[in-house]
This record gives sequence, C-alpha cells and structure tokens, in this order.
Amino acid sequence: MKKFTAVCAAALVLTLSACGKTTEEPVAVPQPDIDTDAIVETVLENVPDVDVDTEPQPEDDGVMSYADYAAAALDDEVTVVTYVQAHQSWWDNKVTVYCQDQDGAIFLYELACSEEDAAKLNEGVQIKVTGFKSEWAGEFEITDATFEFVEGGDLFVAAPKDLTDKLGTDELIDYQNQKVIFTDMTVVSVAFKNDQPGDDIYLTLSKDDAEYSFCLEYYLNGSDQEFYDLVSGLEAGQVVDVEGFLYWYEGANTHITSVTVK
Amino acid sequence: MIKMKRFGKIILSLAAAGLVISMAGCHGKTAGSDFKIPETFDESRDYEIVFWAKNDTNQTQTQIYEKCVADFEALYPNIHVSMKLYNDYSVIYNDVITNIATDTTPNVCITYPDHIATYMTGDGEIVFLEDLIDDPKYGLAGSELRFDGPSSDEIVPKYLDELMLGDHLMGLPFMRSSEALYINKTYVEAMGYEIPDVPTWDWVWEVSEAALAQNPDGTYAVNGQDVMIPFIYKSTDNMLITMLRQRDAGYSDDMGNILIFNETTGSILKEIASHGKTKAFSTFKISSYPGNFMNAGQCILAVDSTAGATWIGSNAPLSDIHDNKKVEFETVVRPVPQYDPSNVRMISQGPSVCIFNKDDEQEVLASWLFTQFLLTNEVQESYSETEGYVPVTLKAQNDPAYLEYLSLGGSDNGLHYSVKIDCVNMVLGNIDNTFITPVFNGSTSLRNAAGQMVENCVKTVRRKGTVDDAYLEQMYTEVSQMYRLGEQRGTVGSRDLGPLPRTSVILLSCIAIAWICMGIYVIRDRFASKKRG
Repeated sequence: MKKFTAVCAAALVLTLSACGKTTEEPVAVPQPDIDTDAIVETVLENVPDVDVDTEPQPEDDGVMSYADYAAAALDDEVTVVTYVQAHQSWWDNKVTVYCQDQDGAIFLYELACSEEDAAKLNEGVQIKVTGFKSEWAGEFEITDATFEFVEGGDLFVAAPKDLTDKLGTDELIDYQNQKVIFTDMTVVSVAFKNDQPGDDIYLTLSKDDAEYSFCLEYYLNGSDQEFYDLVSGLEAGQVVDVEGFLYWYEGANTHITSVTVK
Repeated sequence: MIKMKRFGKIILSLAAAGLVISMAGCHGKTAGSDFKIPETFDESRDYEIVFWAKNDTNQTQTQIYEKCVADFEALYPNIHVSMKLYNDYSVIYNDVITNIATDTTPNVCITYPDHIATYMTGDGEIVFLEDLIDDPKYGLAGSELRFDGPSSDEIVPKYLDELMLGDHLMGLPFMRSSEALYINKTYVEAMGYEIPDVPTWDWVWEVSEAALAQNPDGTYAVNGQDVMIPFIYKSTDNMLITMLRQRDAGYSDDMGNILIFNETTGSILKEIASHGKTKAFSTFKISSYPGNFMNAGQCILAVDSTAGATWIGSNAPLSDIHDNKKVEFETVVRPVPQYDPSNVRMISQGPSVCIFNKDDEQEVLASWLFTQFLLTNEVQESYSETEGYVPVTLKAQNDPAYLEYLSLGGSDNGLHYSVKIDCVNMVLGNIDNTFITPVFNGSTSLRNAAGQMVENCVKTVRRKGTVDDAYLEQMYTEVSQMYRLGEQRGTVGSRDLGPLPRTSVILLSCIAIAWICMGIYVIRDRFASKKRG
C-alpha cells in the first residue's frame, strides 16, 4: 500500500506543477510586493526636519535666491525657499502649487506630496523645494520636486499686483505666476471645456480692443460652486476685475481666483 | 480655445484599479455579463441611458454627438440619452473605475480596449456582444432596428478583432486612427534632405541632429529662431511600443506576461536618450504639444495622432498659438518612422464603445440599440470628418458621399483640410499594417510604464545624467514596482480560457482517483482494525 500511496502523491505533485505551468510564466523582473503609496509616504516621513530660523535661508544649504532661480538654466536642479499661495487638488501623492515670495513667483508642477501634507499647504506657509527647472508651453516651473515645511518659518501672503497696464506688453512675462489683478476688463466670451459645465472655464476678456485669455482652473477652485456659478454666468459686455495667478500657456493664461462684476 | 490642459489626474489609479480587481483562480473565469437579449423590446416604458463620450476638444464633435442623440431619440422616443463629455480617455477610465465600486457605471461608454479589460475585473459589468451582434431582430442590421446600421460583415474585420478577448466581444469599435509623422517639408528640404515615402528611424535621427546647426549669433540655422526642438513625439508609450513591435521584440503576450524588460528595449532607450541629450528630441510631457512647436517653425518632425491633424500645419483650422507666432511652411504626412520600410508597422488606436450590464434587461437592450446607432453612416462619416479618423465600417468607408469627401482633400482649409485628409488616406492605406497590443488586466499599467521609461531616460540625460545598463536595470525595477507590473497578470479575470486542455483533464482525473483510492484504503484499514479489535 505504501507504493500505491507514493504513486498517488507523485501524481498529485505532477498535477499541481502542470497546473502551475499553465498560468505562471516567469517574468523578467522580480515583482516584490510593494505599496507605492507607502513608499512615498515613508520617504516623505523620513525626510529629516530642517531647523530653520525665521531669518532667510543661509546660502550654504543650497537654497537659491529668486534671482538665481530665474537665471538657472532649464533642466538644472534648483532649491528654493518660497511661500505657498494656493494649490490645486491633491491626487496620487502629487499636488500642483502656486508659490511666491517678495521677489517673484514659482509654479510647482506635481510636487511629490502626501495627502496629509497637502492639507497643511495653507496660504502663506513657507516651504523648501528641490526639483528641476523646466518649461512647458512657455510656463517656467519646477518639476519632479520634493519639499519640506520650514519649521518656524514666517508667513507671506502676496498682495495682488495690478498689471492691467502691462497687458499685451513684453514685460508681462516678467511677472509670470505672480498673484495679479486686472481691472475694468470687458467680458467677451465664456466657454466650458468639453462644452459642458463641470470642468475648466475658458474666459476671454478684452481691454482696449485687445483680447486676453483667462481660465478658471477646475482643480484650483472648481469646488467653489459659488465662484464657478459666477464665472459660468458672466455675459458678454459685463465689466469685471479679475484676480488670479499669472499662469502661462502659449501666452498669458491667468488662472483666476476672484471676479468682481462692476 | 485651449486644446487641452495637462493638469490631468493622469495616472490613475493603481489604487482605484485595485478597488475592482478580484483575483481569479488558477484557470480564470468569465467576468463579463451573461446578458441574454429579450425577445421583444418593451416600448411601453421609458428608459434613461447614460452615455459617456470622449471628444478632442473639438466643438464639431460635440455637435455630432448631440445630433446623434437627438436623431436616436427621435427614432426611439421612449429612450432618453444623457450624455457626459470628456476629452481625456484616462479620466473616463478613472471615473468608470470609481463608479464600478459604487455600481453607478454609465450604460454606454466610449473607451479603450485596454480599459475595458480592467472594467471586466468587476463581475458582470461588461455586456459581451458576440451573441448580440448576430441577433436576427436586434443585432447588427437586425429586422427590428429603426435605422440602417451596418451588418457584422460591414465592420472592418480587423477593427472588430481588436475587441475580441478570448471568445468574447468586449465592445464595438467607434473610430480608428493611427499615428503619423508630420513633416515640415519646407524646412527639411531647405536642409538638403529628400523626404522618403516611408521614413526610417535613422533618417529621422539624422535630420533631427542636423537641424540643431546654429548661426554664429546662436540662433538656429533652419528657422533663425532661438528655439528649435527638431523632433517631438506626443505619445511616448506608443513610441516605445511601436519601436518594439517593429523590431519583433517582446512587450507582453496574450497571457499578460510582461516581456518589455529586454535587451532590445535597452538599446532603443539608449538610442532615444542619445538624441534627448543633444536636445534633438523631446516629448509632449517635457516640452508641450508638438503641433504648437511645429506651427511656430520650432519643430520639423512631429509624431502625433492622426486624430490631431487639424491642429498641425500653417493652415490648420485649430490652433493654440497666436497668429503672430505662426510661420508658413508645407506639411507632409508620412507613416511613423520605421526600422524596415518594407515592413511598415503602426499602432491602431481610437475610441471603442462598450456597454455596462444592468439589472433591467430592457435597459441594456436600449443601450445596445444606441450603441449600434453610433455605427450608422451619418454618425461614422460626420465624426470621422472632424479629425484624421477613419470610419470603422466598410459601409461608411465605401459610401459615395464619404469617397467624395476624401476626393476633395485640400480644396479648403476647413472640412477638407489637406493634412487631415492626407492622414485619413494614410491610415486607410495601412489598415493591414496596424497592430494592437494584448489586452489584459494590467495592460494599461504596462502601457503607462512604457511611456514612463522613455520620459525618464530623456529627462535623465537632459539633467546631465547617464543612461547605461546600470541605470536601465535600476529603472526597470523602479518602474516595475511603481506600476505593479505582473501583479495583475492573469486576473483579467474575465478572460475565458476555454475548456481545460486534455492533459489537465487527465491529470485532474488522476488526482481525483488517487484521493478516492486513499479514502477507500483508510476506511477499509479502520474497518479491518475494528474487526481485529
């Protein structure tokens, strides 16, 4: 009977191995069981805290002045200390942030960030960012960046700068990404992305017979229903003041944050 | 009008996908629906059909969808179609995944086959169509239809095959396109190059590097401007996939095995990186839309979808850049670069349409009727004319009205815009040269990983890094982890693998017999012991 049992066991082994071969081809790269979300969070958690005084950052820790950042070549690694002004909605451990200090503004595209930290990116908060200077369709920005909060850092909330008289001039780009205001603009048209409400709104305003593009960026403030409805309901001919961030897409394309109908 | 922002929630969702992935057993199971078509469509009731559609930020496409819905509702007054428009497939995918979890999927959805495969991981979500299309009453060209739709024989067989998963038909094709190499003929010829009928990769790289020649003042010789990115590829996942296919190298197989990490991939990535380093080559994600650069005279070779043809060229009817940035040049359309011009390979892409199962069979039948309506000549022809799409039915492709449309290519810069119709003719002439990649749960992640590797390599060399064997090995591991490649393999769950192989039946029979014999032995042994006791 032992022989019989052994034969049965061998058949069992053979059967199981045959079944396995039909479904489990080898893969060239090992596939460890790794949770990417956990990795990002762990990395972020383990970023050492930096003791930073409320004084400006010392030069020797690699932090660049805004002027140095502006002068840096594309694709250079850059480190800046700046202040959050607003951010788009967090997603997949990334968040896109509008930053500004007393000298200039910086756009952080898809900054690596946990959801927990994104909730702390309040207006005026000081952060230290390291990433790569990039340009996309004329928009200068920092990409592939990580950041840390500056402990004890001061707050800075930029006041909107009136650039109405810069519209249509070559100087306008010097203020790229800054918090700005344009006054006494006339509504030309309001168009929904996809021709339906529920996403970005493209707003065309005119001043002195020239037209300019603005955008209600849905991920920035689309959840503000009152604001969304206000912009949706604008009619040609109305005169408005608009505030926002001087984003760039093949030219000025301000992401609006406030509209005042006159 | 802005073409499309890049602030997409693009990577969707490893996490979200995880919500719906249910692990299949050793031999797979059918996760699609076993929906049976009702004998009769009950017209005494009203039906609400939710339709999620994709457009290319093209108002004409929106109007066509709206007219399609209105025309259908006029034929079937008891069916009301509620349409939601997207301009990004990945967002549709994300929303569907989210809504599967809450059982609030749309009835009909424009989507990609890769995505349908993931949707199918939720049991019973997708209605299989292989039986429905041949239903004599409500199938394609069925007797009870109130419109003149195509028969199953009148759908381009290759396009229908693209929706087959095992023995099941996951959906119907809606539109097809491919990629094209758009060339600034004026500048390329000014550089002394002739444009071949089928450009090779060697030709593209050579011209791209030559276009970096600069004047003493630092401007580029070919355009006299400060900016020149000679070659931009819009979809880098397509780029690597196509290059691998052209070289008969591994990518994946029908079982969902990941084969992309191979020597050919390494050599291709090194080649791409070498031109990224000189900045002769860039990508959409790094720089922006190739058409914008091309129209500004800042790019001479661009690979983009034929469905983006109306954005490319001096006289393009759609544009994101200011008129004062545009330059005059002649645009020619060619197949994407090839390794072997005598064996052209290009990707087949474009929207398909699937139906989600619901508890109410009549509601599903209403969805099926609307889905078929999308394949009628008027919808097919009018939608294809908005971009470089080709109709998916032979009925539309051979319709005299459509042939006349094609014959008028170049007669104006609107409906008959030459670049668009050149693209359509190029795709129509290469239907047999198109390919698709295997569809399985995880194929979307693999596609994303392919693009990510190209982007990583180009970024790395632009940032003064090195792309060598060690770099590639490390990147393979990181990308594999990031996209969880291989973890979802075989869980398309839904893939019906057919009957068990004979050998498996024999072996499983053996095991059953063995267990029975062992059981008999144990019982008999105990019985004998008791008797001895």
